[in-house]
Amino acid sequence: MLTITNLHVRGGNREILRGINLSIDAGEVHAIMGPNGSGKSTLARVLAGHPEYEVTQGTVLYDGRDLLAMDPESRAREGVFMAFQYPVEIPGVNNAYFLKAALNALRKHRGLEELDAMEFMSLVRARMQMLDMDETLLTRPVNEGFSGGEKKRNEIFQMAVLEPRLAILDETDSGLDIDALKIVAAGVMTMRTPQRAILVVTHYQRLLNYIVPDFVHVLTDGRIVRSGGKELALELEEKGYGWLEADHVAGAPAGKA
Amino acid sequence: MTQVANAPDRYLEELERADAAWGRGAPAWLKRTRKDASGRFQSLGFPTTDDEEWRFTSVAPIAEATFALSTDGRAALRSADLAPFRLTDLASAELVFVNGRYAADLSSVRPLPRGVRIESLASRLATNASEVEPFLTRVAPFERQPFTALNTALFGDGAFVHVAAKVALDAPIHVLFVSTADGRPTMTHPRVLVVAGESSQASIVESYVGPRGDRYFTNAVTEVVVSENASVDHYKLQRESLDAYHIGTMHLIGSRNARFQSHSVSFGGSLVRNDVIAVLDGEGIDCTLNGLYLGDGQRLVDNHTVIDHAKPHCGSREVYKGILADHARAVFNGKIIVRPDAQKTDAKQTNKALLLSEDAQINTKPQLEIFANDVKCTHGAAVGQMDDEAIFYLRARGLSHDEARNLLVHAFAGDVLNRMPLEALREHVEAVLLRQLPHATSLRTRP
Repeated sequence: MLTITNLHVRGGNREILRGINLSIDAGEVHAIMGPNGSGKSTLARVLAGHPEYEVTQGTVLYDGRDLLAMDPESRAREGVFMAFQYPVEIPGVNNAYFLKAALNALRKHRGLEELDAMEFMSLVRARMQMLDMDETLLTRPVNEGFSGGEKKRNEIFQMAVLEPRLAILDETDSGLDIDALKIVAAGVMTMRTPQRAILVVTHYQRLLNYIVPDFVHVLTDGRIVRSGGKELALELEEKGYGWLEADHVAGAPAGKA
Repeated sequence: MTQVANAPDRYLEELERADAAWGRGAPAWLKRTRKDASGRFQSLGFPTTDDEEWRFTSVAPIAEATFALSTDGRAALRSADLAPFRLTDLASAELVFVNGRYAADLSSVRPLPRGVRIESLASRLATNASEVEPFLTRVAPFERQPFTALNTALFGDGAFVHVAAKVALDAPIHVLFVSTADGRPTMTHPRVLVVAGESSQASIVESYVGPRGDRYFTNAVTEVVVSENASVDHYKLQRESLDAYHIGTMHLIGSRNARFQSHSVSFGGSLVRNDVIAVLDGEGIDCTLNGLYLGDGQRLVDNHTVIDHAKPHCGSREVYKGILADHARAVFNGKIIVRPDAQKTDAKQTNKALLLSEDAQINTKPQLEIFANDVKCTHGAAVGQMDDEAIFYLRARGLSHDEARNLLVHAFAGDVLNRMPLEALREHVEAVLLRQLPHATSLRTRP
């Protein structure tokens, strides 16, 4: 579904991603782990189409199409969804109104009828229950005054309503206490289907106890330095990231700074 | 910088002509007032930017241009030109004025409750002026306001709305001023007088429109009297031609326990000045002033408001918001006066501007003059730009760039729009706003 080849990305006048290679198939759950500043969130944001980054090399194919050539809204309409690490507060825009506009934009793109208010509300209520969310969040402005946990839950709630084919979760666990983490992870797990791919970006292993990945990749300094199964996450939990960085430096090709 | 001649000859000629025309048949008191106003305008002249009240707004384009008092320009107007500006379904009465003159055949008045009178001011003055005499020209002083003086000297027609005591008018009254240049640049000086009797209730919508995109000059004055316990909602929709000059002044006087709302929407005109002056002359008055304006291109929108708390226990709420693109400029000056007597005043003022381009600018100034000691007055001003992260967030959920931008502008305008009690009118204004929003090319947010 998603094939990233030799992806180099600049942002804020420095090279953040330095040759990422990654392939994700439908039905798979991949986790990207790495220390702060390694480029994990940049990867997520580049895949979603954030305009502040410049791709200097490499390709990203999504269902065989050039993802990088698509604007953010086209990516969303084609089924790419990123749960933001820092969801944006949008004063004055009602959460339900926003979500209905988003859902109908996607449905229209797919040639489906737009949902009316009744149909929309029944869909939304079911998803809110799944995530144990307070219904009053619907009538409030998008993310405004939400607690950190409410914001993250709101992201997964949007994901559950918009039903993407490729879901990218950018540090969804940060700001969640353990109970909220379990609920959010359970919500994500219900969305694990053979048609859908999920990419989880996280610093800590604990989220992966609940969203169990098929593959784990370790990103340091803009490169994937190791890939493995879910046991790799446990190894990282035990040893930290330091041993991999050392490993990577030792194994780096000669002549490279 | 060119100093504007005090009162250009062209305007003096029009004053003389008007004086001759109005000399016949007009009530003596009005003749006297007009003469005073004419003299006053001649000594004041047009304001210059040396005048504190006009510091950021040069009216040189008006002073230096040649505008003639318009004759009826209806020949050039098709009924379809008017359609986008009508509120016929919503209004209990729609009075249409073309180039300042009442057009009965374009107007419609549904059966009105007893005690409600809505008519052309010119015809009222021609038949029986006693009903307007206590109010007309007396609510809007012209001693220090040249444009009001000019209007007082020159006004030919306008609307007279009278709602008797204890009468409630449910549907709004729409007064629609349409301007066209009939072969040459024209000017009109419309006058509106609204008198709401004790415990009465009414809503009035004034529209100023220029469907043909001509250059012309509107200099409007509105006087509103809100008697004890009465409630008046006033809407002004300024949708003049983008080449037009619009100066509009509204004076309001409220009595004890009156309730008054002004919603001023300013979308058109190349040089626009809106003045709202509210005198809260009784205890327990509740006054709301809302404003929403949109500027693009090289246009200038200036909003000046005065809320004069003359008596104790009054509350005022003021929210003005502007959206500015391209090289547009705006001025907001909000004066709140709290007289020594006006204890327990509760006044709150907010003004915000959203700049959609780096070249747009606003000069904003709250002006609090407080002479009482037991009062609550707050004010806040904010100028911001479109939030790029919010745009990205919305696009990442599938909204197009324009949809995202419109949603954010709409949200910005929301707390002004949402205060408009007339839902149908609010939707009308929302639709016009979104249609008129400058296209996204002037925005920084495109990748």
